[in-house]
Amino acid sequence: MSPSLWPLLRNPLGLLGLLLTLLVVLCALLAPTLAPYSPVEQNILARLSGPTSAHWLGTDQFGRDLFSRILFGFRNSLLVAFSSVLIAVWVGTLLGVSAAYVGGWYDRVVMRLMDVLLAFPIILLAIGIIAMLGPSQWNAALAIGIVYIPTFARLTRGPALVVRNTDYVQAAVAIGAGNRRIVLRHILPNLASVILVQTTLALSTAILVESSLAFLGLGTQPPNPSLGQMLSEGRAYLTLSPWTSVFSGLAILLASLGFNLLGDTLRDTLDPRLRGQ
Amino acid sequence: MLSFLAKRSLDLLFVLFGVSVLVFLMIRLIPGDAVQIMLGANTEITPEGLAALREKLGLNKPLLVQYYDWLRAALHGDLGQSIWTGRPISEEILQRLPITLELTLLSLIIAIGLAIPVGVLTAYWRNSSAEYLIRLFSITGVTLPSFWLGTLLIFLVFKLAPGWQSLGYVPFNQDPWGHISRLVLPVITLSLPMLAGLSRVLRSSLLDVLNQDYIRTARAKGLTERVVLYKHALRNAMIPLVTVIGIQVGYLFGGAIVVEQVFAIPGMGRLILGAINERNYPLIQGAILLVTTAFVIINLLVDLIYAKLDPRVEYA
Repeated sequence: MSPSLWPLLRNPLGLLGLLLTLLVVLCALLAPTLAPYSPVEQNILARLSGPTSAHWLGTDQFGRDLFSRILFGFRNSLLVAFSSVLIAVWVGTLLGVSAAYVGGWYDRVVMRLMDVLLAFPIILLAIGIIAMLGPSQWNAALAIGIVYIPTFARLTRGPALVVRNTDYVQAAVAIGAGNRRIVLRHILPNLASVILVQTTLALSTAILVESSLAFLGLGTQPPNPSLGQMLSEGRAYLTLSPWTSVFSGLAILLASLGFNLLGDTLRDTLDPRLRGQ
Repeated sequence: MLSFLAKRSLDLLFVLFGVSVLVFLMIRLIPGDAVQIMLGANTEITPEGLAALREKLGLNKPLLVQYYDWLRAALHGDLGQSIWTGRPISEEILQRLPITLELTLLSLIIAIGLAIPVGVLTAYWRNSSAEYLIRLFSITGVTLPSFWLGTLLIFLVFKLAPGWQSLGYVPFNQDPWGHISRLVLPVITLSLPMLAGLSRVLRSSLLDVLNQDYIRTARAKGLTERVVLYKHALRNAMIPLVTVIGIQVGYLFGGAIVVEQVFAIPGMGRLILGAINERNYPLIQGAILLVTTAFVIINLLVDLIYAKLDPRVEYA
């Protein structure tokens, strides 16, 4: 265990966040093994049942096993969340670091473009992009990714600018290191902790945005299990059997909460300005 | 102050220009033929129909001319016509906008109104277990999916008070009580996550301020805690809150889209979602342009309030 992780484990909320995150990630990875039923298999005789020994969390309006659907729902949520955050981190960091490194008009154009993207309310921009591309799981991932690009560009540009002007980077330039080497070996490692914290927090919000879009019918399409869309379907049978809506919403909360607690604690642990307070 | 205003206004104009270009390009960047997709959503496609719609939307002119015409009309309040009903889009939006504005403004006021006492009370309640509890509650509040909270509230009210109308919308002048009673659950749903975020920000900034020397001086000269809090601490602690409120307004609108869907409220969110379902691109464009413009202007206002509240901000 590296010493820098100790504060995370000693903080009860950090520990809770880590455990929740591990639980959700394991459920998602092992969904096909853990799920007692197929997530799309219908059993009309057992429809809308509450939690029983056969169906731990009950069944939905087609008699599909809710526990199995939630496991696969985690898989879907995390797949979309990880892909979108990957797009945002990759493109955003590339833009932010290159803006800081190249400077001049390129910097101004890139950062102005980021200002324009940030001007849109998040969900509205995502909805606009999906309206163009058509509703699907991957278009939702792309839309969420684009929405979060400016966050990472802004986040990385400042520190990259500071590092670029340090003596050791100037020394590297002086001994003839190429741009690629300077960015990869000197600038990026210095941004790692900032990016890590923001990535964890972005995963938490990406899970929420993905499920909101699915709830609105703009994300994953049926019959693929997605937590937001399950909640939406369950609402039609709310008075008969609230379990579908209750458990799928709880699953979204736990996934998003886990990443958020983890990111929040990581920020306190890794941020040198907050350390020791 | 004037040069600050001029600089911010210039930034704002640039951002609005960028927003207008992106929204304008929306319809042109659709993979495939946008006109064909639009028509195909509701009617049979004929070559004449395609040509007519293309002509009506001006899609057969050069791109720059299209943009100029579109922007000029938009600046005169003409956002085009809804391709299915033929009604002016500005009219359709103006009909829905007040409903969304009422919902978001009420939620904003309630969230801010409650965040101040909650932030103050929790700032005075300090020990390690309180720290963890407050943090857990505020993070849970922020990550709580609003459509889940809303659905749970609908279910609870259905079980506890079966007569309570929690879905839909009735105009105030038709049925004042029905109007208000239908607003209660959506406003709770929309304001709770915001309350969690705002009170946390206020608490931490208040804790910072309460550690300052001038607070110790104020206490040392014998002022009551009430005076210290309201006259000295709170005013300074509110400054970060104002910035966060500006950011939250954007979230609030996104939240309203979802909450309107949960409670079947015919506001802007339902207008936009309906437009997506029937591929009514001009309507989606108009709505996004209008909402984003409003959002940008609100952010400028927040900046001005910020500068006014905190004399240390340089107007340079």
